[in-house]
Amino acid sequence: MKVLKIKELLNANVHSCQEQMEKDIFGAYASDLMSDVLASEYLDDNAVLVSGLNNLQLIRTAEMLDLAVIILVRGKQPKPEMVEMAVENGITLMTTDYNMYNSCGILYADGVKGFSNGKFD
Amino acid sequence: MGNLIKKYEHVVVTDNFDLAGKASSSIKRVLKNLGIPPMLVRKVAIISYEAEINIIIHSHGGKMILEIYDDRIRIKAQDKGPGIENIDLALSEGFSTADQKARELGFGAGMGLPNIRKNSDNFNIESTSEGTKIEIDIIMD
Repeated sequence: MKVLKIKELLNANVHSCQEQMEKDIFGAYASDLMSDVLASEYLDDNAVLVSGLNNLQLIRTAEMLDLAVIILVRGKQPKPEMVEMAVENGITLMTTDYNMYNSCGILYADGVKGFSNGKFD
Repeated sequence: MGNLIKKYEHVVVTDNFDLAGKASSSIKRVLKNLGIPPMLVRKVAIISYEAEINIIIHSHGGKMILEIYDDRIRIKAQDKGPGIENIDLALSEGFSTADQKARELGFGAGMGLPNIRKNSDNFNIESTSEGTKIEIDIIMD
């Protein structure tokens, strides 16, 4: 699925790196716990991270894993320094009013699968 | 063991969450610029970031050291105490002594040391009340 499609499905606002809209996304991971995200070693730049964690550690974690797209849920607005760090690292940061559960459900229903035990579900 | 090619050292300040990850970010950039394969860079980044967060959350401060050898990448995380009371417990998934502040920042789920060990080829940890020293190798083929 293209990043643009994710933006449309989630009615999301894009805060950084608009230029990645044509990038293909193959999977997703959702968590507010950054160590859980860091333990998912199969995540790469073709996966999106869905999270409600609204602080710099969200962006840092994505940076460490080379993730290209972050979706911040529940209508939270990122602080300017988060947007700045996302820009520096080529990460598309979007926000949606949907909560975590619905955001994941919408993406899953349209074919974006999750990972468990290193494989797509 | 191979020859040491380069060494970098970063100071890590306790409780400074705005700077959390800065050392790891810099370590990752150095390795990427050296042309180290992305899978290895990512492993080192995960190890380094978790270790850095541990210093910030749990210690009185410390440092992160990156050593690049011709056959391995070595990360050393050293802090000034108070030390880990029970290392076996700290290495088990889900065990955590982190406080509410660490949890609000997305850490403290008890996955830090297990994540570090899982991604390492060699893993060594020593801890006394004077401080904790972790040494990790990622072997390059």
